[in-house]
Amino acid sequence: MSAYRRGLRVGATSLTLAALLLSAAACGGTTRDNSGNDAGGGTQASGGANPDAAIKEGLKIAFLPKQLNNPYFTVSDNGGKDAVTEIKGEFKEVGPSEASASSQVSYINTLSQQGMDVIVTSANDPNAICGALNQAKAAGAKIVTFDSDTKPECRQIFVNQVTAEGIAENQVKLISQQIGGEGEIAILSATANATNQNAWIALMKDELKKPEYSKIKLVTVAYGNDDDQKSFQETQGLLQSYPNLKGIISPTTVGVAAAGRYLSGSQYKGKVKLTGLGTPNQMRQYVKDGTVDAFALWSPADLGYLAAYAGAALASGQITGAEGDKFKAGKLGEFTVGKDGVVVLGPPTVFDKNNIDQFQF
Amino acid sequence: MAHDSLYAAPPAVEAEPGAGRLATLRGLLGSWDAVIVGALVVAVLVAGLTVENFATGRNAQFLLLDLVPLALIALPMTLIVITGEIDLSVASMVGLCSTLMGQLWLSSGLSLELICVLVVLLGAVLGAVNGLFVTGFGLPSLAVTIGTLALYRGLSFVVLGDQAVADFPADWTAAVVRNIPGTSIPVVVVPLLLLALVFGVVLHATPAGRALYAMGNNDQAATFTGVSVARTKFWLFVVSGAVCGLVGIFWTLRYASARGDNATGLELTVVTAVLLGGVSIFGGRGALLGVLAGVLLLGVLRNALQLADVDANALTIVTGTLLIASVVLPNAVADIRARLHRRRQRRPVAS
Repeated sequence: MSAYRRGLRVGATSLTLAALLLSAAACGGTTRDNSGNDAGGGTQASGGANPDAAIKEGLKIAFLPKQLNNPYFTVSDNGGKDAVTEIKGEFKEVGPSEASASSQVSYINTLSQQGMDVIVTSANDPNAICGALNQAKAAGAKIVTFDSDTKPECRQIFVNQVTAEGIAENQVKLISQQIGGEGEIAILSATANATNQNAWIALMKDELKKPEYSKIKLVTVAYGNDDDQKSFQETQGLLQSYPNLKGIISPTTVGVAAAGRYLSGSQYKGKVKLTGLGTPNQMRQYVKDGTVDAFALWSPADLGYLAAYAGAALASGQITGAEGDKFKAGKLGEFTVGKDGVVVLGPPTVFDKNNIDQFQF
Repeated sequence: MAHDSLYAAPPAVEAEPGAGRLATLRGLLGSWDAVIVGALVVAVLVAGLTVENFATGRNAQFLLLDLVPLALIALPMTLIVITGEIDLSVASMVGLCSTLMGQLWLSSGLSLELICVLVVLLGAVLGAVNGLFVTGFGLPSLAVTIGTLALYRGLSFVVLGDQAVADFPADWTAAVVRNIPGTSIPVVVVPLLLLALVFGVVLHATPAGRALYAMGNNDQAATFTGVSVARTKFWLFVVSGAVCGLVGIFWTLRYASARGDNATGLELTVVTAVLLGGVSIFGGRGALLGVLAGVLLLGVLRNALQLADVDANALTIVTGTLLIASVVLPNAVADIRARLHRRRQRRPVAS
């Protein structure tokens, strides 16, 4: 008897499951092609860019950062929100609680399902989210990446925070101003084989060859491995080995904070200058206590702001993402799309004691 | 109480007077998988009616693609949990298989077909290591697989570092996300259903399957009835590893990216789905249909809440609450059932 009942129950359960699957399939057959056609509409068809097209109102623009609750992305997404408010669009921020590519895929699918006009994202993996982005594109969404790019064919525009040349130029200029244009300097880098660091250092060396920097001598490059302890010790070592050292450039957030901590507690405080790429929150105390005059980083808020405008320009048909396309990004002015659909935010923002309190990240 | 099997109806019930009414009660309260299927139906209907863009074919495709890895791993996990063990290393095995696949593709020059076979075999080897520690050395599977969870994840970063391998052939990566022609159901659902059928038949219609329940209820008693507990459990872990190899291949091709952090955290979702599906964490109770319904329910809820713009943290809270509910509710139901049972027994004496 119990076997009979059990059979009934299994039978009923499997029937229900089968019915569910079938109904899902039936749904699919009828609505498959018309899903997502409320997005974009006319903008999709436009072949070339129309630079005079006005920015449309009511654009649905979604920000999908690498993860939520990450202060850097909270600031950049708020920048995006400001831009979307300016152009009278609908802003939305969604994202996974952990920085993984697969959960980003599920969010991209959701966004394309919701018929977003623009998806602005920072990729956790340059390849893994490509399939989903292409599907979203096919459904009419415009894709903008910022901070971390995907493969170029998966998006229309990549908003790059800064170029390597921009960083090199900025860092050398800062240290030159601080040490009065002459003396020995050193660089405190991350790891010896970090691609971006080495590219920046090579460009800084080129920059130092310019006549206005002829009295500045780069004595060594030290490697703190992006480890707080190691960077701290390397700074100490630099000052012992080079008693005439006037300044240190540390183009890595870990290095510059560790160097700042060492200098602020040493006799060299204020005498040996320090600059680099750091976040205002990490560097605030060293700026306030006089250890650091000025350092730089791009502004994440401007990055998000520009990405939102780039997306709006794409969705309005102003640009297609082709090289040479121009668009206006509100308070930031006009930008030109470069090779491979890259738009560069511009030179890094310099933080000193006058403006540092305006930045919280 | 938690140990009694849903399907192993104790003979005592049938001998009792008034067994019919009691059986109805048992039927109503006892079949957790029916409850879950009911909840699934309700969730689908409510989501379909209230959440915009839910009831579309494209969404069904997205939903099912997200669920395939979960459902695949849940199959062997169900069997393992029914025997009273657990395998928490599954997500790390998926990650390691994915990076092994990437490394083989990158440097071995073998054909992708052969690599896929090798990866499944390697997955089986990883599972065999778990099985060896659990059955050979008699260690608790919870401790062993927490260890291999860390070990395999670490190894997957050794295999590829923080690099990703992404140059898999486009026709392969497109094939795994393709739909069955004319529908919006991904083709990968077909092998999933076939495997589910095999696991279901083994679990519910063979002596080997009944032995799994026996082990979950009482290892020693099972041994005395002639079941080779250690050997069976060893092979379950091997199967779990092999299925993780399969999932590793699917994951790698679906996201076109082999990397060390693939599938991180998936083990907890799988365990949630299995428990939600009515499998007792103490072993000895559960059914495969309930688990599949549990997987679908979890997926439908997540998908619908995401479409309704519910925050990621709220999603995690929902998953956690479901897990607790799925452990507490069956126990509470069993408790109520036991009380009703006692009252019925007492009544004839009193009158």
